[in-house]
Amino acid sequence: MTITISSVRFRYGKKLALDNLSTTFTPGFNVLLGPNGAGKSTLFNLLTAQKHLQAGELLFDNVDMSDQPSALMRNIGVVFQKPSLDLDLSIKQNLTYFAALHGIAGKQGLANIAHILASLGLSERLHDKIRSLNEGHRRRVELARALLHRPQYLFLDEPTVGLDVHSRQIILEHVRTLAQQGVCVVWTTHLLDEIEPDDHLVIINHGALVADDTCAALYKQHGVASVLSLYRTLTNTQENAL
Amino acid sequence: MNAYWITFQAIITREILRFFQQRSRLFSALVRPLLWLVVFAAGFRSALGVSIMPPYDSYILYQEYIVPGLCGMIVLFNAMQSSLSMVYDREMGSMKVLLMSPAPKSFLLFAKLCGGALLSLLQVVMFIFISYALDVEIPLSGLLYSIPTIFLTAFFLGSLGLILANHIKQLENFAGVMNFVIFPMFFMSSALYPLWKIQEGSLWLYWICKYNPFTFNVEMIRFSLYGQYSVENITIVAALTLLTASFAIATFKPKK
Repeated sequence: MTITISSVRFRYGKKLALDNLSTTFTPGFNVLLGPNGAGKSTLFNLLTAQKHLQAGELLFDNVDMSDQPSALMRNIGVVFQKPSLDLDLSIKQNLTYFAALHGIAGKQGLANIAHILASLGLSERLHDKIRSLNEGHRRRVELARALLHRPQYLFLDEPTVGLDVHSRQIILEHVRTLAQQGVCVVWTTHLLDEIEPDDHLVIINHGALVADDTCAALYKQHGVASVLSLYRTLTNTQENAL
Repeated sequence: MNAYWITFQAIITREILRFFQQRSRLFSALVRPLLWLVVFAAGFRSALGVSIMPPYDSYILYQEYIVPGLCGMIVLFNAMQSSLSMVYDREMGSMKVLLMSPAPKSFLLFAKLCGGALLSLLQVVMFIFISYALDVEIPLSGLLYSIPTIFLTAFFLGSLGLILANHIKQLENFAGVMNFVIFPMFFMSSALYPLWKIQEGSLWLYWICKYNPFTFNVEMIRFSLYGQYSVENITIVAALTLLTASFAIATFKPKK
């Protein structure tokens, strides 16, 4: 379950968004960090096949993303930054639809839905319309949807932004458990308190890689004691730029 | 069950579920052509006589003449509505979700187009049944004959809508589609007046109407509603559909 990113470049017209970026995401909790406009979203879009690679290579366990983007989707789960559930459909209808998009239907689909909703504390809300849910519950449904087909790679783009402490905790704990079970998680965030010393931290600034190691190793390397200090040192940003 | 078939069913079901949740959409889809049939046809009935011309074997009332055009109108509006919902889906992220499926993009878009076409067909059948109450005499067998032609028209116009959705950056820009696509396409066709009648009035308009793709669709539906298949119209529409659908799917961009 390894993602190898090699010499990836991406341009929007004349603007270089990613400059010769190389790193590796292994099973576990990988954090993608960087100021706004650093290139995180571009990398996220490339990893989730929403954009086509212009230069470089993206390998998922030696399978090239450019060669088989559709086939790789079988193993990829995504929680997008913007909510993408159908507000007028119920949780069950939304999840059944997505399961079917992955070719999962009938008893197996319903069993997957029941299992995931139970683990996220949403079993009671199965028939509720998304419109009637609060933001925290909606995000949990988005996470449930991303996990329906039991992906090996899980990408989350700022999944806890704007949520209350309880919802954040449920989502973060659930994803960390998956990471411990061997799922390759790539977690994009601006919330530094979500990062733990053992996490693999990748910091991007101006489209280039400025840090790529475990958080604890990076502390040692740069002589700092917190993610905030590390982040400021490596990106030359003030706190309000986070 | 085959994974592709499950995916196909899911996309169609979602389209239908969403359609029936938007009751106003169903209501306006039926009221619009019925208004034309009742009000517009009543006014023009005396002014416009429709002489014997294929596929009709006798003089017909004007209201009967415009029924195929109004069927086309339902399909046209539904196709544009579907493309509007595609722009909305793209803004709301549902399109990204659809493309997370491991099925090929072309298959997913094909299924989405089929869903839209099925909805159009459903609305047209409902409209024709209601029109029986308004003294329109279309043979019941014609309804069966017209199922494939209406579906083909819906698929063609849906593909056209997909191309438009590809070029519309924001939902707000969609009003322009009404003015520059739907109205010209509908009015400059044989939907409301026979081509020979237009020729009497203006030759240049006649040529535009004659080669308007919508005219071929309307005429294809017209013949099929009377139990005949016009090979010429079907061939042209099928070729146009193939071209438009291929272009729409090949150039589709999930993100703007």
